[in-house]
Amino acid sequence: MSSMQNRLTRTLALASTLAVLGAVTGCHKQASGVNPSSLGPTPTAAAPAPTASITADPLAIDQGQSVVLNWRTQNATSAAIEGIGEVNVNGTQTVSPANSTNFKLTAKGDGGTIEANVRVTVRVPVAPSAPPPENVDMGSEAAFHQNVQDIFFDYDSFDLRPDAATSTAKAAEYLTAHPSIKVVIGGYCDDRGSAEYNLALGENRANAARTALISAGVASNRLRVISYGKEKQFCTEEEESCWQQNRRAQFSLDR
Amino acid sequence: MPSTQRTPLIRHADRLSLLVLTLLLTCALTVRAQEGFHTETSTGVTNVRIAVADFKPGSSDPQTDSLKRTFDTTLYSDLANAGIFDIVSKSLLPQAIPGVPAEMNVQQWSVAPASAAMVAFGNFGVQGGKILCNGFLFDAKNTQYPQVLAKQYNEDASDDSARQIAHRFADEIIFRLSGGSQGIAESKIVYVKINGGNKEIWEMDYDGENQHAITNLGSISLSPRISPDSSRVAFASLGKEGFQIRMYSLLLGRMVTFTGSGGTNITPAWAPNGKDIAYSSSRSGDPEIWVSDANGSLARRITSFRGPDVSPTYNPRTGSQIAWISGRTGLPQLYIMDTDGSAIQRMTDGGYATSVSWSPNGQFLAFAWDRKYGPGAPGGQDIYIMEIATKRWIQLTHDGGRCDFPSWSPDGRHIVYANTPDGKAGHMRIMTMLADGTQKRALTGSGADMPNWSWK
Repeated sequence: MSSMQNRLTRTLALASTLAVLGAVTGCHKQASGVNPSSLGPTPTAAAPAPTASITADPLAIDQGQSVVLNWRTQNATSAAIEGIGEVNVNGTQTVSPANSTNFKLTAKGDGGTIEANVRVTVRVPVAPSAPPPENVDMGSEAAFHQNVQDIFFDYDSFDLRPDAATSTAKAAEYLTAHPSIKVVIGGYCDDRGSAEYNLALGENRANAARTALISAGVASNRLRVISYGKEKQFCTEEEESCWQQNRRAQFSLDR
Repeated sequence: MPSTQRTPLIRHADRLSLLVLTLLLTCALTVRAQEGFHTETSTGVTNVRIAVADFKPGSSDPQTDSLKRTFDTTLYSDLANAGIFDIVSKSLLPQAIPGVPAEMNVQQWSVAPASAAMVAFGNFGVQGGKILCNGFLFDAKNTQYPQVLAKQYNEDASDDSARQIAHRFADEIIFRLSGGSQGIAESKIVYVKINGGNKEIWEMDYDGENQHAITNLGSISLSPRISPDSSRVAFASLGKEGFQIRMYSLLLGRMVTFTGSGGTNITPAWAPNGKDIAYSSSRSGDPEIWVSDANGSLARRITSFRGPDVSPTYNPRTGSQIAWISGRTGLPQLYIMDTDGSAIQRMTDGGYATSVSWSPNGQFLAFAWDRKYGPGAPGGQDIYIMEIATKRWIQLTHDGGRCDFPSWSPDGRHIVYANTPDGKAGHMRIMTMLADGTQKRALTGSGADMPNWSWK
């Protein structure tokens, strides 16, 4: 579009220059009387429309982080960004939006007004252990935990035990009866062993629970898996009963 | 302005020092005692006896005293920690403090009680907000041409500058007297700082000084790994979708993009070319080792076995092999493979092995190992090193509580690791030792974990 305008501008300029040349060479007497306005296209007649572009780097941030906006315009006399105000026609600025924000750049020029947008997504951290707000459609929190119970694993194992098979069957039944419920399955480990290895082991545990529920007929898109390894301990006593509490796949409502 | 010049001698000398280390470790490995294993890195070679004089005050500026104290302490501890010197106790030094070569009488230093072979001395002053420091290294046995090294430093006056000048001067001395091995006094250690329920990525100098935060994400961030050029730190951080690889630019001072994926993504490792990153990803269901570029693009899967595969580390010398931890046969074991996933070799024969770090010369693996793992089993999790060619190993820590996350220094002569004396996770602290298990000391107080030593 802008190259077409350029070509048009150039053609007009060439034509008018030729016309002036013709006038000069054709009429010697009037050689001194060139009207400057005839040397090119008049600004009002064919002012090029402004162009505008805006980018953000990065496009997605965590809350509290900042993002660099970078905008470029052409043929604009003024520019403004919604929420920031009047800005230079070309520029960069660092911003730290608290929520996901659509940054709208408006560039005004003699040839008109144009807008450009960029959306910055702000990921708001959510405490994984915080209970989600009540929602009647999903059944009560208490009913959920009564029917969908955590399942526990043997030491350094992610194989389902017989008791886990019973609880996953019961859980699958409840989830089938409440099809609007979505579930987060957290994988946890006791605090012995390596933090890094336990994160992978926790992933395997949560996945084992997920696979069991899928086999029992729960749609896979209702189940989300997060491994916490040994980073979120349920209890911290150095004894088997506590370790057992920590070696689990924990189900929570995913709202 | 420091005038640092490295000679082409270094390549040859570097090889020499690697050879020495190899010989030493081979010696140590043949001993292969599982209890009471003790040796010196110096076994078989004579450590250079060096006297380090307190520097002479170069001005009467009120700042001179405190900054000079920082400088003197740092220089002394850098040389003492290098593991290649026999340092003359300060009480044995001559009374007169030389500040310039003209004031230096080397004979006073070469005779008893100092009996030094080398003397480091100089002057240190603050003038107009600048430190001016001249450092000299003299050969005490060479009365005719004793000067080995002369360096001048001119920096803004601050405690940090005084430490950095001491580190640079120490590295120059170590480079000259170690047979060409690069000093590590300017290297850094990144680590995890335990802060209540949060874990942030921090950085410190190699000697535990200058501890400061890198991230402030208010989440749980783990496994920091610094890039070979020290420009970026890769780590894993807990977000709404679980753990993901994140990237922080030390040059830009902010987070930079690393393309994420589904599943749990943890334990990044830099290839020595600085372009590839290996990490554990469960995007396909089971945690496997994947390799992508440093922006997270072009990800490809390397391993394919049921069970956890985590904690990869590249062979830093060749870049063509990866060591990692796999639970494919039950308890986690140490494995190595080529970067295309072929030539898999199991290295440990049992127990619970984790947290592997590959030595800079490519010959050794350091890792945490609990050889008799299980409820009620004797022993604990300690740091071991293994010679890859022979699979022979030695134990470096004993009875000091639980140890984890060893990481090699750039010169391959030191290992930094995490230790908790009473086994409680919150009491983790960062320790350092020579690669033969001697000279253990704490670099941080409790609440620090997962150290990773910079590549240079």
